[in-house]
Amino acid sequence: MSETEGGRLRVFLVDDHAMFRAGVRAELGAHVDVIGEAGTVPEAISKIAAGEPDVVLLDVHMPEGGGRAVLDAMRRSHPQVRFLALSVSDAAEDVIGLIRAGARGYVTKTISPDELAAAIKRVADGDAVFSPRLAGFVLDAFASRPDVPVADPELDQLTNREREVLRLLARGYAYKEIAKELYISIKTVETHVSNVLRKLQMSNRYELSRWAADRRLV
Amino acid sequence: MTIGVPDRGGVITTAVTPPTRRLVRPRDHRIIAGVAAGLAEHLGVPLLAVRIALVVLLGFSGLGLLLYAAFWAVLPQQVPTGTAPARRDVAMLLPFAAIGLGVVLLQALVFKNSVAGTVGWLIAVVAVGAGIIWHQSDPSRRGQWAGNLPQTPWLAAVVAESDRRFFLFRFVGGGVLVATGIIGVVSLYAPGGSLSAVFNGVIFALVGLLGVGVVAAPLIYRMFNQLRAEREGRIREQERAEVAAMIHDQVLHTLALIQRNSADIKEVQRLARGQERSLRNWLYKPTASPTERFAAALEQAAAEVEDTYAISVETVVVGDTECDERVAALVAAAREALVNAARHAGVQTVSLYAEVEADELSVFVRDRGAGFDIKGVEESRHGVRGSIIGRMKRHGGKAEIRSTPGEGTEVRLMLPTTRESMTAGKESAR
Repeated sequence: MSETEGGRLRVFLVDDHAMFRAGVRAELGAHVDVIGEAGTVPEAISKIAAGEPDVVLLDVHMPEGGGRAVLDAMRRSHPQVRFLALSVSDAAEDVIGLIRAGARGYVTKTISPDELAAAIKRVADGDAVFSPRLAGFVLDAFASRPDVPVADPELDQLTNREREVLRLLARGYAYKEIAKELYISIKTVETHVSNVLRKLQMSNRYELSRWAADRRLV
Repeated sequence: MTIGVPDRGGVITTAVTPPTRRLVRPRDHRIIAGVAAGLAEHLGVPLLAVRIALVVLLGFSGLGLLLYAAFWAVLPQQVPTGTAPARRDVAMLLPFAAIGLGVVLLQALVFKNSVAGTVGWLIAVVAVGAGIIWHQSDPSRRGQWAGNLPQTPWLAAVVAESDRRFFLFRFVGGGVLVATGIIGVVSLYAPGGSLSAVFNGVIFALVGLLGVGVVAAPLIYRMFNQLRAEREGRIREQERAEVAAMIHDQVLHTLALIQRNSADIKEVQRLARGQERSLRNWLYKPTASPTERFAAALEQAAAEVEDTYAISVETVVVGDTECDERVAALVAAAREALVNAARHAGVQTVSLYAEVEADELSVFVRDRGAGFDIKGVEESRHGVRGSIIGRMKRHGGKAEIRSTPGEGTEVRLMLPTTRESMTAGKESAR
């Protein structure tokens, strides 16, 4: 299903649980090429640099700095490699930390194989992937509060349309259904979500920097 | 497996004392440390009389102060009862201070400030200083010191890490008092009593103190580190015991159940899901009471439906608010919608989304299941009509149900929260 530039997507797995890697490899085999896997942060950094995959599936929680350390090491040297964070935890502090470090999306490990393949495809195309809970968190973090001054409206506020899209995402709508509901094209929905991702990464809103700084990922 | 019993670090369980009248320092009625109150209670004389007697005794070479310090040092504090002790009234100290000053002045006039009297005063100062160093602490802490360093509880008292600021205050204050007293005594008995002799005395005293410090420093340092290590170890042990207890009570239990029910996939999923939820709560969430907070109430409702029907409810709540009767009705309606989805949609996952806005609470329950024809169902099914639509109407809100056979169902519940939005909502409902 996921064919770009005539070839299958090249995916790399980073997770410290070998059993989980094996499971994902088996599930994704039909959709993408899994070109390699790594169980530690240093191993991941060297293998990703060597293999140059399209998408890296990145576990949040690992020893030696977790997914965050891999992202920090790779973002500058390999900007073409896209990262999709994968975690058992839905906790906002984990998610926001990775997104702000440069991941283009976030899914939980309970995601179905088909949905995971679709998410990988979406990230490879340069779009963003939001789980319903991440959408809810973003709505919460960007809620207009009278006591918080807005430093940069372009980055620190969501447009009404973006808010609507996020609400529908949080309600469990797929992109196609959101497009239908709002009478816009799927491409427009994707643009809105990508814009939200950019704001999420760049904004200096207190709620975001607090989450990102609060907890060093382990 | 064995589970470590959490160490109740440092709490000394006092044996129940027989109801004999023991001389203690009561926690209420006290101005300074409760010595006078304790004496009065024990002797059965008026509190005021004891206080005045102590103040008057000040005149006799500071005997009152000496006695007070001695009692303070010796008497245990009353074991705390449930009720909080009355705050000490510092202003009450004033009249007694005035009386004391008067007595001292009178004595100075009458006895022409004898040397013996001054020595008595200085000894009293020394006694109070020492008393402060040793006995400001409450008995439970002293017990802890003794427990930490059985041979040298006094050292533990000096280096006890708890409550540093208090410790510093106690130590410096007491030290200054003791030093003043010693220097005073030395200067009084110094031959000639000249100022330079006093100065020399002070220098020697300082050198002596320094020497003691040099000798004792490594020991104190070692004790200090030992105490800290012990404290850290105890905290770690306590945490380990807590984790072990949680794993034993929940995770091992669930794993055993899963092994027993391994043939029943639905049951296994239900168990795994429930365990996952409780672990998540344990790891990430501050617990809020479902009877007080909207988000917690919704999450509890979702958890109940998950447990009962072995589905997973993807819950997202944005914002939070207090729970009242109307909010509880909204949660109940949402729960009913979840139950309907679980029973009739035939899917594994249901989405629950709730948002708290300035003037409205909204809840959306969505599934991608079988769906149904609303016109055909609304008349016959009590769940939808009574528990969802009717309940929302009764509480000033509204419910909308959108369903397409084969594509799924979405229930939208809206509850206005402000007066203006309530009336507006009613008009638009009409």
